[in-house]
Amino acid sequence: MKKRLSLLASMAALAAAFAALLLPTAAQAHRSWLLPSGTVFSGQEPWVAVDAAVSNDIFYFEHNAGNLDNLVITGPDGKPVEAQNQAKTRYRSVFDVKLDQSGTYRIALVNDSVFASYKVGNETKRVRGTVESLRQEIPKDAQDLRVTRSQTRTETFVTRGKPGGDSLKPTGRGIELVAVTHPNDLFAGETATFRFVDDGKPAAGYGVTVILGGKRYQDKLTELNLDTDKNGEIKVKWPQAGMYWLEVEPARPARPQGAPQAGGPGMPAAPGAQGGPMGPAGTLDKPTRRAGYSLTLEVLPQ
Amino acid sequence: MKISYTSYGSVRGLGRVLPWAAPLTVAFAPAAVFAADLSLTVEVPRLDVAEYHRPYMAIWVEKADQSFAGNLAVWYDLKMRNKEGTKWLKDMRSWWRKSGRELDMPVDGISGATRAPGVHTVSFGNNSALKALPAGEYQLVIEAAREVGGRELLRLPFAWPGKAGAKATSSEARGQTELGAVSLTVQP
Repeated sequence: MKKRLSLLASMAALAAAFAALLLPTAAQAHRSWLLPSGTVFSGQEPWVAVDAAVSNDIFYFEHNAGNLDNLVITGPDGKPVEAQNQAKTRYRSVFDVKLDQSGTYRIALVNDSVFASYKVGNETKRVRGTVESLRQEIPKDAQDLRVTRSQTRTETFVTRGKPGGDSLKPTGRGIELVAVTHPNDLFAGETATFRFVDDGKPAAGYGVTVILGGKRYQDKLTELNLDTDKNGEIKVKWPQAGMYWLEVEPARPARPQGAPQAGGPGMPAAPGAQGGPMGPAGTLDKPTRRAGYSLTLEVLPQ
Repeated sequence: MKISYTSYGSVRGLGRVLPWAAPLTVAFAPAAVFAADLSLTVEVPRLDVAEYHRPYMAIWVEKADQSFAGNLAVWYDLKMRNKEGTKWLKDMRSWWRKSGRELDMPVDGISGATRAPGVHTVSFGNNSALKALPAGEYQLVIEAAREVGGRELLRLPFAWPGKAGAKATSSEARGQTELGAVSLTVQP
């Protein structure tokens, strides 16, 4: 218990960038999202404006600006697209994307990194990078080595003209959407089918939360909680038009009876990991894994 | 919002329009297998609003199950430089989903300029999609969307091409906001 407390204390002292990595899973209430000014576009050279933020409520700027260092935009031809007019303000980051091709653009904040903590004597060190870079960096005599791989993706899709293109192909890294129903072809009252993959394999038995934005004008939160089937699929019947936020989390492994609670307040077990931060420590060969996925979708009225 | 209608060109006055519209169609389409005509009278309401833009309008044909069967007309701001008018085509969202997003506007024989408030009659006897339709029951769909305004969609059932020698049949509908009285006549 004492060890756990001291670890919690040291976690609290982590550098801001380091802490930001942990936030989406460490604190459930904080949601990462991208909010596009629209998802369906016509015309010669439409532009989409996008907000990026981490907040408690959905689509309200009240906590932190999104980190655009990890912004990856893929055009309908599958090639990267530059974001324009990037800026970071107190509560949100903003950028524009010029849609000069027909088809679907994928706009994502992609985080895929490995971080480790270890002790040299009484001193705790923390490093971040790739498995390869950490292998070089961490001394052979390091004690209490804990290695975590974090793979999170926050994304949205926008389409000019006809939906489709190479941008929808999964990269095979982390949790991703495989479009069965196209994410820019959603209408109130209709049922959409989404398939999720994790490192390219069906994300079976994962938990999916779907929340309608605009809670400020509604007394009740419109929220759906679903589990993916063996193919990693869910079906969602859209109750009404609006902007929705969808989150996918890996199923938590069942804890053996009598095992210590891995997650305390504000420190739940790393989803999908073999135990949480307090469970078996990950190694460079087999890091503890954190994975998360969130998606912003627009559902149009009929 | 106050809606008032123009006094000229009563919607009921179809009889006055058709006698000259039908022969005109025949004259311009001598190769047509049949001379059936589909004519539509649509009222663009005069709206008393602070900022008025003429509505974008899409007119198309659907099968009984609401699947898309062909475009008849798309009225939008054709004259803006660099085809900037196409930016708002998506606002006719039902048409955009069924057909618009597949097209590269303007499309010959379909595209046209926006219409001013008032009553307009258009004849589609020469429309190639309509000529290619197998005989059956259809719906004409008209969708209007206005910049800084609303959107409205109406459906009018019709049988095409109708029985040769039979009398003209018509159906009517009336919009609430962006569309006024709409009337469709099939002249077999």
